[in-house]
Amino acid sequence: MNGAAGAWPVDYQKAANADWPIAPSDPRQEDPEYRKVQEERLERVWATPKGWRYWSDVNNTTIGVWYTAASFGFMLFAGVLGLMIRAQLAVPDNDFLSATFYNQVYTLHGTVMMFLFAVPIFEAVAIILLPQMLGARDLPFPRLSAFGFWCFIIGGVFVAGSIFFDSAPTGGWFMYPPLTTQERFTPGYGPDVWLLGLSFIEVASIAAAVELIVGTLKCRPPGMRINLMPLYAWYVLVVATMILFAFPPLIAGDILFELERLFGWPFFDPERGGDPVLWQHLFWIFGHPEVYIVFLPAIALIAMIVPTFARRPILGYSWIVLAAVGTGFLSFGLWAHHMYTTGLPAMSLGFFSAASEAVAIPTGVQIFVFLATLLTGRVTYQVPMLFVLGSLGVFVFGGITGVMVAIAPFDWQAHDSYFVVAHLHYVLVGGMVFPLVAGVYYFWPVVGQKRLSDKLGRIAFWLMFVGFNLAFAPMHWSGLMGMPRRVWTYPAGLGLEWPNLISSGGGFVFAAGFLVVVFDVLRPKGHVPVAERNTWNAGTLEWLAETEDKNWGVRSIPIVTTRYPLWEQPRFMEDVDKGRFYLPDAEENLRETLVTSVLDAKPIQCLRVPGPSWMPFWAAVFLGAVFILAVFHLWMATIVAMGLALVAIIVWLWRGTSFVPEKKEKDVGRGLSLPLYMSGPQSVSWWAMFITMTGDATAFLSLVFGYYFFFTIHQDFPPPGMENAPGQLWPMLSLALFASAWGLAVAANRLNRAGRVPLARLAMGGGGVLSLLAAAALLWAPYATGLDPVVHVYPAIVWTLAIWTAVHAAVGTIMLFYCLARSLAGKLTPEYDIDICNVALYWHFMGGTALVTIGTISLFPLVA
Amino acid sequence: MRSVGAGEGRRAHRCEGAFARGVPILAFLAFAGCVRGPQSTFAGAGTEASSVEGLFWWMLWGGVAIWIVVLGVGVYASRPRPAAHDEIVGKRMILWGGVVFPTVTLAILLGFGLALMPPFRGPAEGQAIAVSGERFWWRVAYDVEPGQTGVARGLPPGGIESANEIVLPLGVRTEILLGSPDVIHSFWVPAIAGKVDAIPGRVNRIVLEPTKTGVFNGVCAEFCGDAHAQMAFRVVVVTPEEYAAEVARQASPAVLTGTRGEELFLANGCGACHSVRGTEAQGRVGPDLTHVGSRRTIAAGILDNTPENIAQFVRATGHVKQGVEMPAYPMLDDDELTAIADWLGALQ
Repeated sequence: MNGAAGAWPVDYQKAANADWPIAPSDPRQEDPEYRKVQEERLERVWATPKGWRYWSDVNNTTIGVWYTAASFGFMLFAGVLGLMIRAQLAVPDNDFLSATFYNQVYTLHGTVMMFLFAVPIFEAVAIILLPQMLGARDLPFPRLSAFGFWCFIIGGVFVAGSIFFDSAPTGGWFMYPPLTTQERFTPGYGPDVWLLGLSFIEVASIAAAVELIVGTLKCRPPGMRINLMPLYAWYVLVVATMILFAFPPLIAGDILFELERLFGWPFFDPERGGDPVLWQHLFWIFGHPEVYIVFLPAIALIAMIVPTFARRPILGYSWIVLAAVGTGFLSFGLWAHHMYTTGLPAMSLGFFSAASEAVAIPTGVQIFVFLATLLTGRVTYQVPMLFVLGSLGVFVFGGITGVMVAIAPFDWQAHDSYFVVAHLHYVLVGGMVFPLVAGVYYFWPVVGQKRLSDKLGRIAFWLMFVGFNLAFAPMHWSGLMGMPRRVWTYPAGLGLEWPNLISSGGGFVFAAGFLVVVFDVLRPKGHVPVAERNTWNAGTLEWLAETEDKNWGVRSIPIVTTRYPLWEQPRFMEDVDKGRFYLPDAEENLRETLVTSVLDAKPIQCLRVPGPSWMPFWAAVFLGAVFILAVFHLWMATIVAMGLALVAIIVWLWRGTSFVPEKKEKDVGRGLSLPLYMSGPQSVSWWAMFITMTGDATAFLSLVFGYYFFFTIHQDFPPPGMENAPGQLWPMLSLALFASAWGLAVAANRLNRAGRVPLARLAMGGGGVLSLLAAAALLWAPYATGLDPVVHVYPAIVWTLAIWTAVHAAVGTIMLFYCLARSLAGKLTPEYDIDICNVALYWHFMGGTALVTIGTISLFPLVA
Repeated sequence: MRSVGAGEGRRAHRCEGAFARGVPILAFLAFAGCVRGPQSTFAGAGTEASSVEGLFWWMLWGGVAIWIVVLGVGVYASRPRPAAHDEIVGKRMILWGGVVFPTVTLAILLGFGLALMPPFRGPAEGQAIAVSGERFWWRVAYDVEPGQTGVARGLPPGGIESANEIVLPLGVRTEILLGSPDVIHSFWVPAIAGKVDAIPGRVNRIVLEPTKTGVFNGVCAEFCGDAHAQMAFRVVVVTPEEYAAEVARQASPAVLTGTRGEELFLANGCGACHSVRGTEAQGRVGPDLTHVGSRRTIAAGILDNTPENIAQFVRATGHVKQGVEMPAYPMLDDDELTAIADWLGALQ
């Protein structure tokens, strides 16, 4: 069949049940010459910069590969540290490492594996794969991805590199105070490196989470309703949302921790009213979801691999989606099972034991969905499947020991012993490393165009599987034989010699298996034939990737009406390749992708995404400098770096966001014309602001939790002599000013939209000034009432809440002034109003923050 | 220098009937040494440890059975087969294997597991023992008031002070009150019961009910600094009558021999940190040494208590126990060290 309409076997209007008109494709698309011109244009627009400008690239494929490579690099580094641990513990009373160095080694091993490998690798892989699976050309905020990557690499090198200067942190990856907060127990920079370095990386993680959530919700191909999303996208959505709620409590904890360490504010010092257990709560409210943040993305890889090799769609799609969402929710209710030995009341022990057991159920559902899919499919057995099965064997065993340690009385024995070390490695290696390697073997053709070696894959698998079990199975035993974790040496004669020696040997075998994988990936593959397209015969969109790497992602953005379009939509690949779907061209020489509605994926906007830029790099460098200089107490330099970071971010925003387009609408093909600019809840940036502020509010509420936590553990809070501080006068004045600023920010948005630009500008300027005054009044309150944050935890937490709010007020001012400047520069108009729309949204959160802060510090003491 | 991991308890309990509970499959682990060693959770020397051990074997064998079934299904399902199974089989498997079976099994396990708890941490008998975890040793005080636990408080003052060795009466539920003046430690005597943290600003409790006489090892289970690995102690379980006598003996002042060792001890300022009741040495920073000679180990459970080891430790504390807070005394010559060590060793 030739000709335009005739080349169109699918009635997409009907198949997609679309409520927007879908015309036949442009007949010109059938002309190879015509397509060639389009392709050249697309290629030019999406080209990766050459030479040193390569590092200014922001495209998801490039950033994703850097990110993945860096995470793997950190993993290998942490793996070497792990081998040093095993070398030291191979025999009793060993003196290979000193106690101090051993403590640095094990702390960095855990820290790097968790923060620089397990979480970032999820984001890295998702940055590569998600747009491909969604048939998007890029994520909605490519420069944010680049910023996140640069933050990650700077913070990561700083944290990991500290060991070469003998100043790595030593307190273990959960850094319990007061050991780590007080200079007398832990002198030097170690804990500061850990806290500030990781806080910086957490910023990057949250940035990526925002990017991925918006990408999943708003950048799906037309027709891909939320119940048609690839399972990987569901997992990304769940995990990114978990990051959004899990990391902020840790950031709040970091703030309290660093204020204690740098300035002596006594949040965790019981002699001045603090309590070290607060840190444990904040840490584990992060730390337990963290386990699932690490584990679920790997399960997501399995969820993509299993249907391909079972040669059938997943069986029980809704089951597995519900189970993933359920796991995400439950994971926030389990944190105290890391604290069974802290003297929690029996009631809490019962509750958290039950919740910890319950999470095994959705996990089991996910595993049985895979088993059922395999059972009902026609399996072809390849290397990725080998790793999937290995993962099953290891992870299920880790899950079973997890069920054991969830029972409080058993945990009292197992807690902080090598049993737990064994358990966590079974869960993380089985639930994350094995699926990840399966993913490497499975997805490599998408990135590297060639298949990895079948033979090396099998060798690697058996070395890893046998080595892993040799290394970690005996640890269950040594733990129950009474070996506590985090010991740099152990005495002979307790039955610990053999299990430890076997563990050490196994560790090296495991590492050898890993080296085989690394070799397979890195070895020159000149003689290896290029893999055929869709080499495993999979059903999802990422396999549209062409054998010759194209930066544009997909040739045209398809209409998706099934869960496995490559299997279920006839002649799908050809239609995509011939540009018969949307955006087959880049007429204006700009990078574009489609934005669709959240639930039904109805196309609503043609989004112009920015291209290469150095600004994300500089913003990350300066922001990194802020954190790094603060570690060394170089305050003046820190403040200068803060200023530079602010300038870099503003320049980035000014030059790179919210472009006024040259025309209102654009024809994206198939008779569909879409707006080029949208503001408010339809736009991706509004969603990004909303999601970011949700995370921000979570951090704030964690600080507020701190206030009420201290209230509950003290008979008198505020303590005697401070009952009337910070008082009501100044806080109430501040609240009135905040309310006015809030009102003006909202009014500025409305006035601007109504075309009353001068009044809107007045509101922006006035709101900004009032916000600063409000912040000043709020800070004056504790100062004027003589609250000294060093003497007791009460003034310390009051000051913390006040400063948090004041800093947000200052940001609110900058935002309003920015809008004012944009308006004056003609970049913010009644029609093109993203800036003020998003700032008004920020101010809703700001108003809420001010209300809660002032209600807590000023009014609560009146009723308490 | 010889470091010891175990006291006499190890010899007393060496491998007696280690696998009596029908665990022949684990017999290959016998080479791992004595399952019932003095630091093992399998020593069965306390009511809590014994019932948790029972729970563990149940969970282990149940878990292994589940693991074999799941993995078996996995291997079977992923083998290339000519014909696929019907979808209804798969859906039933998800429902029964993924939902129903785990829910029922976990509910039973939870009920059974939680039912164990109340007796473990229930009321105790008699006076309590206060134990303070300190970098990097254990301060012990017998005969303190029980039940004073909670947040924003410290251990009850007073009591009969000792260090790094806790004597317990057999078959009596003894309350241990736990606190710390510095960082978080965790008190663990695996042979007798689970662990509880010693947290600054809080007082926690654990109840130990030993069921075997002997000497057992205790360790610090929460990382507390460089010498964390070598912050151990001994628990000595004796009959209630012997216990009463032992506490009375600990309460008495030191039996002094009035030698050169004592003079050197005082002259070198040891009394600034250590107490020897009956002398001028009244320091409160380090372990009470009034009856140090009668303890089984020195340096917080890491060295056999011999005059040679005492001398060695005092000469080079940080070499023997990296990270220890006590300074080394390399300026003392061998004669002086021997004199001090002999004198301390005689403080029975």
